[in-house]
Amino acid sequence: MARTVTHCDVAVIGAGPAGLSAAVQLGEAGADTIVLDEKPAAGGQLFKQIHKFFGSERHMAGMRGFEIGELLLSRCEELQIPVRLNSPAWALFPDLSLGTTFEGLPSAIKAKQVIVATGASENALSFPGWTLPGVMGAGAVQTMVNYHRVRPGERALVVGAGNVGLIVAYQLLQAGIEVVAVAEAAHTVGGYMVHAAKIRRMGVPFAMNHTVLSAEGEGRVERCTIAAVDEAFVPQPGTERTFDVDLVCVAVGLSPAVELCSSMGMEMTHVGELGGWIPSHNAALQTSIDGVYVAGDVSGVEEASSAMEEGRLAALSALSALGVVRRPEAECLRTKIKESLNQLRRGPFGSTLAQRKEDVCRRHEEQCLTIA
Amino acid sequence: MPDDRLKYMAEPGVPDLQKLQAEGLYPTDDRIAAGPVAVFECMQEIPCNPCEEACPRGCIRIGEDITGIPRLDPSCTGCGLCLPSCPGLCIFILDGSYSGTEATVTMPYELLPLPEEGETVDALDRQGREVCEGRVVRVRAIGTSELCRSLTVAIPKAFVHDVRHVRRQSD
Amino acid sequence: MTSRRIDDHPILGASPNCREVTITVDGSPLLARDGDTIASALIAAGWTAFRHTEKRHEPRGVFCAIGKCTDCVMTVNGVPNVRTCIALVEDGMRVETQEGLGTWRVP
Repeated sequence: MARTVTHCDVAVIGAGPAGLSAAVQLGEAGADTIVLDEKPAAGGQLFKQIHKFFGSERHMAGMRGFEIGELLLSRCEELQIPVRLNSPAWALFPDLSLGTTFEGLPSAIKAKQVIVATGASENALSFPGWTLPGVMGAGAVQTMVNYHRVRPGERALVVGAGNVGLIVAYQLLQAGIEVVAVAEAAHTVGGYMVHAAKIRRMGVPFAMNHTVLSAEGEGRVERCTIAAVDEAFVPQPGTERTFDVDLVCVAVGLSPAVELCSSMGMEMTHVGELGGWIPSHNAALQTSIDGVYVAGDVSGVEEASSAMEEGRLAALSALSALGVVRRPEAECLRTKIKESLNQLRRGPFGSTLAQRKEDVCRRHEEQCLTIA
Repeated sequence: MPDDRLKYMAEPGVPDLQKLQAEGLYPTDDRIAAGPVAVFECMQEIPCNPCEEACPRGCIRIGEDITGIPRLDPSCTGCGLCLPSCPGLCIFILDGSYSGTEATVTMPYELLPLPEEGETVDALDRQGREVCEGRVVRVRAIGTSELCRSLTVAIPKAFVHDVRHVRRQSD
Repeated sequence: MTSRRIDDHPILGASPNCREVTITVDGSPLLARDGDTIASALIAAGWTAFRHTEKRHEPRGVFCAIGKCTDCVMTVNGVPNVRTCIALVEDGMRVETQEGLGTWRVP
């Protein structure tokens, strides 16, 4: 079997907002970069995000996700950065060699620096009937509706009132799918109130303090039952409500896709608010493995705007290590990116995340986990 | 959830108008009666400021800390250019001077089919309840690439603080 | 059943013209569109069960749709455990509902 080994300065694993932003930063500095993605299309989750982003002009606020994806990709094209699709990185070794597939054949990449930007995946919620066809992650529904232009059902129940659940509920309505309710186990909405307001004024009922009891149907979901819960999240008998639905969208959080990191022996840390197990990293996004950086949701679930800034930050760290960017210049650029990230991590929503991220970085430094 | 996230709300999704008015974050009834004016039902401190950039007269102030709730300068003419700029679809233009009996509410609208000018529609409040009927005055897109329409509906004056969505009667 | 394809959308606009692609699913032809994944083509056609589990023979479909959970795997051109949510359709592709862990049937 033919085998290829490609050498490069920096390998970026994942062509989502973090990976592509890193690639652009690397390409602009003239580093020899390769981007890999296991999917047949690049852009990560950007292409299914048809809503406008928040933030400021620097964060491309007001642009729809897919517009940002197009911008990043065309910048990569201009810089002639190869973005290899259908190319999963199935192994990453401490010597920075990567096992992957290129044009269907086994291939290896030997990089001087690696940026892991593999994103996150949707959590499941287990309840009787959770495996029935038609019970899917809210992100999956979003992919089907906004990217493939296919309705996976006609009547949906959305579980979870964080930003993902609220945004997807709105996008279901835009696609002509009925939303019978948004059920949320907590006593109030976890996402932005403006997202909740959009669907409330369209008549979508909110069932707060409710959880899913079961989904039922012959071969696929046909009904879904929710019930009220007490403070200990215990379902209360007698409060059950059953909806006729053919789609249940589960929006109960994302977990960072850290398989490559943990399997190569990287130091990991567990932070609930950031999605669970994440690679330990410092403020420069260096991990415990020399030459490997993380950026985007894989380093803690946030959003695309912060992922893009982290991509740039990780790229800068790689460029410093390569000697392509000198220290004073790197410091200056790093400060600017951090200011931008801090702008996003302000306010009652961002400040908890900011705190947790700071804790991770501080612990990383304290344990001298990065080999300087 | 920390109290901070609910401090401008009467209940989730419903702004506390009196509190917002007291802080100068929502126009007074007199101002609404005088002519078109923008209202921001932003309600929470989210890092976001495209509205500040969108106003050609610089009427909207958020400031360096982009989590600020927008403050509107009295010189706002209610032109509506800010309306489609909001990622949260929370900007509305209220005009209490439309006629002797009616006010208009201009709202962001991103659904198909688009209501047509002259059409009678059900006017809904923030909880999705039908509070009255309305008449679509205008539907327009500001700018050639803007996908978020600005829909203006005429309603009895009494409902100017309530109507925030319309539903076609054929649905 | 009303068509599962979204022909017009307030943000995405009208459906772009797409080349048709024909695949077979369990021996029957299925019309898909160029750019579909196997999963999106099946969902558009109203398919629900992509496979049945090994022990209890339970139906499974799509869960994450981004290639991470493997709920959607089917046997494609004789190769089992193909993640249909990230596999693009190709003319003449043979897709089969997978039973359990599947068997290799590559000629």
